[in-house]
Amino acid sequence: MPACLTPLTTAARLRPSEPLRLPIGLPEFDRLTGGLPRGSLTEIFGPPSSGRTTLLLAALLAAAASQQTCALVDATDAFDPASAAQAGFPLDRLLWIRCGGEAERALRAADRVVNAGGFGLVVLDLADLAPRILGRIPPLCWFRLRRAVEGTPAILVVATPQPLTGACASLLVEMKGGRAHWAGAPNARLLVGSAFQAFPRKPVRAEAASFQAPARWAR
Amino acid sequence: MFACLHVPGLPASQQALLPECAAAFSPKVEPTAPDAVTLALEGLERLFGSLEKLAWAMAQRAADLGWEARVAVASNPDAALAAARGLPGVTVIPAGREAEVLAPLPVAVLEPAPEIAETLARWGIRTLGELAALPERGLAERLGSEGVRLQKRARGAAVRALAPVAAPAVLEERLELEHPAALLEPLLFLLARLLEQLCRRLQARGLAALELRLHLDLEDGGEHLRVYRLPVPMRAPGAFLKLLRLDLEAHPPRAAVRALRLSAGPAAPRSVQHGLFVPRAPEPEKLELTLARLAALVGEDRVGAPELLDTHRPDAFRLKRFRAGEPGRFAGGRRAGGVSLALRRFRPPLPARVEAPEGRPRVVLAQGVHGRVVEAAGPWRVSGEWWRTEGYWREEFDVALAGGGLYRIYRDGLRGGWFVEGSYD
Repeated sequence: MPACLTPLTTAARLRPSEPLRLPIGLPEFDRLTGGLPRGSLTEIFGPPSSGRTTLLLAALLAAAASQQTCALVDATDAFDPASAAQAGFPLDRLLWIRCGGEAERALRAADRVVNAGGFGLVVLDLADLAPRILGRIPPLCWFRLRRAVEGTPAILVVATPQPLTGACASLLVEMKGGRAHWAGAPNARLLVGSAFQAFPRKPVRAEAASFQAPARWAR
Repeated sequence: MFACLHVPGLPASQQALLPECAAAFSPKVEPTAPDAVTLALEGLERLFGSLEKLAWAMAQRAADLGWEARVAVASNPDAALAAARGLPGVTVIPAGREAEVLAPLPVAVLEPAPEIAETLARWGIRTLGELAALPERGLAERLGSEGVRLQKRARGAAVRALAPVAAPAVLEERLELEHPAALLEPLLFLLARLLEQLCRRLQARGLAALELRLHLDLEDGGEHLRVYRLPVPMRAPGAFLKLLRLDLEAHPPRAAVRALRLSAGPAAPRSVQHGLFVPRAPEPEKLELTLARLAALVGEDRVGAPELLDTHRPDAFRLKRFRAGEPGRFAGGRRAGGVSLALRRFRPPLPARVEAPEGRPRVVLAQGVHGRVVEAAGPWRVSGEWWRTEGYWREEFDVALAGGGLYRIYRDGLRGGWFVEGSYD
């Protein structure tokens, strides 16, 4: 090979040491994690009312704002289109796949969507499935999904009640429910929002990202 | 000037494609023989350049369709036909040199009547040059007007008007089966053949399909019609076959199939200019296939883009067909910068037992959701569509439970009972 081409070859082999990331518009979360990594699997886990869906909605909003097409594989049909629309999400941009409570269907659907290519953000929502159903998912599924998304600009986010994906997740976030905020007199209360905390577990961060999620009628 | 496109040994199943292939170049196409078409070239030089370029473009188009074609250009249709039959590759005969170019060709290229061919053979006339050199009067006395006409064609001097035929507008392939097909696999094998031919016809016309109609005649005398509308014009037989397979698996015919008819709704092919800085969207062809597979997996009514209905009824939405976004189509999406509390719905809502002295919930008991209520907001009364049987009237509460969890519950005022509608998450 001519010596003059050596620098070009070296440059061609260069790969970004860190994957590109999508900031989701929550300043503390973005500062701690840098955003959701592209070409990787991100897992968000936590108990009910811990802010998993709010975080997913923030990610969907961020992806839509950068004109990307999104897909939501919804294992338990839990997505509320009204919440998303009122938050400003363009529903036309979302491919919603309702799996009727079947984990296997959800995994197969996610596999199909990721392999179709062209989606900027693919969300696999398993957050309401029972632990005994989730326990039956073979770890190979996660390797397969991670392999499918690697090298693409897509972001795969899995929402679960407990950590599931093991070594396959590049970013693992634990959500913890904070305090609900109420307004008004004791006999005329109004839910005005809730505070959540996100703890990055992989890579581990000492601090948590806190954020407030106001109720849509209190915005 | 005229051109003749001749494909030696063209299979009968592809003969209909030949005029369509020629129609891509000229509006005046005459199906001269089953394996040859003649085109008028007047005015085409402005589009294609020289006649040589045009002839080579025709040969290339035929090669794209898998044919080894012969193309000849001459000042009259018969000379072009004779040259195409007799000379391989591409031939362009300058005006006035027809006799010279045609002279070495055998008489058979003119396809004379058998008795005339036999007479000429007895005379020892083998080539067009020898036929052209015969005295005209003597030829007329012995072979009549047919002999004179043949000699003019041999000299490349025959003059006749082209008889162009408009290509049929309907793009349809049909197949009748000797034995009814009762299984999907043999049917798909046949469909693959029809799709291949249909796509070739579309390609010959420079078109793509926006709709596929599959009409099956069944053994019990009935019919099975499937119409598949595509989101963008496509011309991919492999993708079509997969779509038809998924569709037939979801909607199988009720009896064995006697005959197939496959037609395409033509449209101009899609051309897209992608932007350098526009995010990638799913390829329409691949997306269509993925949507079909997802529909087969979870059900047709469970895949799509959500659309809110114009009503106050809670959780009123429908799923419409998902389309990949064109660049800039969603430019109105709000910039991320804030989030709001999201609701996760239980579909259907969870029936619950709620202790509610004085109408205010104190304890909630439902599958997976239970606890003492530590905070509650409400009731928020929602009602509507009272004039219909499925009208609604309910009192909603936002409740925080002692064990953690923030839920929306409601009491159904029309049918009675409490339900957990969802959780704030």
